Amino acid sequence: MSADPVNTRDRPTLRRLAAVPAGCRGLTEPLIEWLIRICGWSAILFVAAIFFFVLREAAPMLFGKLDLVEFFTSTDWQPTSEVRQRYGILALLVGTLHVSLLAMAIAVPLGLGAAVYISEFSRGRTRETLKITIELLAAIPSIVWGFIAYMVLGPLIIRVTGAPVGVNLFNGSVVLALMSVPIIVSVGEDALKAVPDAYREAALAMGASRWEVIVRVLFPAAKNGLLAAVLLGIGRAIGETMAVLMATGHAVLIPRSLFDPVRTLTATIASELGEAVKGGDHYRVLFVIGLVLFAVTFVVNFVADVVVKGVGSERRA
Amino acid sequence: MGGARRHPEGGQVVSCAALAMGLVAVFLAGCGGYLSQADGTPRVMIRVEGSDTMVNIAQAWAEEYHRQQPGVVVQVLGGGSGVGIASLIDGNCDMANSSRQMKPEEIADTQSSRGSRAVEHVVGFDAMGIYVHPTNPITGISIPELAAIFVEHPAITRWSQLGVTMPVGVPDTIIRVSRQNSSGTYSYFREHVLGKGYDMGLGSLDANGSKDAVALVSRTPCAIGYSGMGYATPGVKMVPVARQVGQPWIEPSVENAKSGAYPITRPLLIYTVGDPVGAVGAYMQWIMAEDGQEIVRQLGYVPVK
Repeated sequence: MSADPVNTRDRPTLRRLAAVPAGCRGLTEPLIEWLIRICGWSAILFVAAIFFFVLREAAPMLFGKLDLVEFFTSTDWQPTSEVRQRYGILALLVGTLHVSLLAMAIAVPLGLGAAVYISEFSRGRTRETLKITIELLAAIPSIVWGFIAYMVLGPLIIRVTGAPVGVNLFNGSVVLALMSVPIIVSVGEDALKAVPDAYREAALAMGASRWEVIVRVLFPAAKNGLLAAVLLGIGRAIGETMAVLMATGHAVLIPRSLFDPVRTLTATIASELGEAVKGGDHYRVLFVIGLVLFAVTFVVNFVADVVVKGVGSERRA
Repeated sequence: MGGARRHPEGGQVVSCAALAMGLVAVFLAGCGGYLSQADGTPRVMIRVEGSDTMVNIAQAWAEEYHRQQPGVVVQVLGGGSGVGIASLIDGNCDMANSSRQMKPEEIADTQSSRGSRAVEHVVGFDAMGIYVHPTNPITGISIPELAAIFVEHPAITRWSQLGVTMPVGVPDTIIRVSRQNSSGTYSYFREHVLGKGYDMGLGSLDANGSKDAVALVSRTPCAIGYSGMGYATPGVKMVPVARQVGQPWIEPSVENAKSGAYPITRPLLIYTVGDPVGAVGAYMQWIMAEDGQEIVRQLGYVPVK
């Protein structure tokens, strides 16, 4: 038991430890170690189990009669047709990418800007108020965002732009951006705060302006954390379901303008899976879409990983 | 671990076991559909699930029936016709509300998993309303025109093609508000307005519920959509419908639906496994009798008799 990190001067702890019979402590320690180990492994276990379940439901269609070329290149989504069922997800895929990219184009500058302001410029009460308010923003349920999109933003877009539909690509992107901003801000702010003050002091001492300190010193030093912030934001955008279902208009269409309605992969699963005949072709194709979403998330994470490592090795060289 | 410590732990084990048995007993009682009231008389639970179109009416029946028969609790869930039918097949509900007929494979599944045939009961009718924004000046529309708007590769995409001049500032484009393709309302509309052998056009706004479809129309000035007549709100206008171009337009009303004059009237169905007996049978009879049908009338649907 020599490895036990017990501070011998900490008398209350020593007394407490002494009160527990040695046999019990001998049992408790490995037990807790195992509990923590299980917690760690459970994440992998759950992901693997979910992937297995989705694959099992999708497999008969995926390796069976689903024409993968048609699946990825056709915009014809008629899964319940009485004439001929057609499963083309191109429009849904394009819709998901459009909404996510546009949402990020709004959310990343806004989120990182807010993170920089909170971490580097604001002080005292302003800072605390901002932090609490932004955390509150993160706690708003997605159905409420959807409702705002539907009832407030939609009619407003019609009135201001004269677009025929208020629930559209722009509406969906704005709502998703507002939903991911709080995540980007809080994770980004933590990353900036983690940069030691010595970096800032050294840069300022060498005559750098505050702008130069932020762009040349803080951003490179905190890049992993900032990238994590952006990735979590993208994750929220791609995975979001209820709010986009209500805000995008849910129309199978390749958008030609910012104000055309679109449909996302997630919203399609959400709205159609409930009533699809269990075990039927439509049901299984919706699970294949689930696999596509898995793949998209995996690629995003993988690319981010490569980018982080790539930038790191460049700097070392 | 001294022997003296065992006793309190042993006591805990006993009480835990008692608690677990109690929970199991409650669980089993729940599964059997019988809960015990405080005074000891058995309470019967009937589980109803399904159609989104019928959820209002099913809820009203459940409340009134419980008021008349306090010993019976009717639990109503929505989710859609398909959900209710799937639940009936899995044995998770006693009655499935549906705004469409069961498909052959669903009938076969019921037979194989429940060991009895699915029985269909027509409990009322619903006139399907054609909804537009209140500022839309349209006075009537015919079934072939509706089909030409909603079908794949539509021939009609602008209001001016119907002879309708939209108010200043409202685009001439027709925005179609439809439903998700797995809903009962969607498949009824496709079969009875478009006709067998036609598919619905893509690019419509597919609302996720009867109420959502109406809400979306009320917020989109150049939209047209369909939903149950009972879902009308002050924010929308229902358009009279003619069977053919040139024929008189028929107002969507209970009388016109009952007489069969209104062209898009569909039956509201309840499915049970086998002929309903016991508590479910009594409930079914009550729905078909005076009291149940009066509720159908009150909610803006059309009674059977």
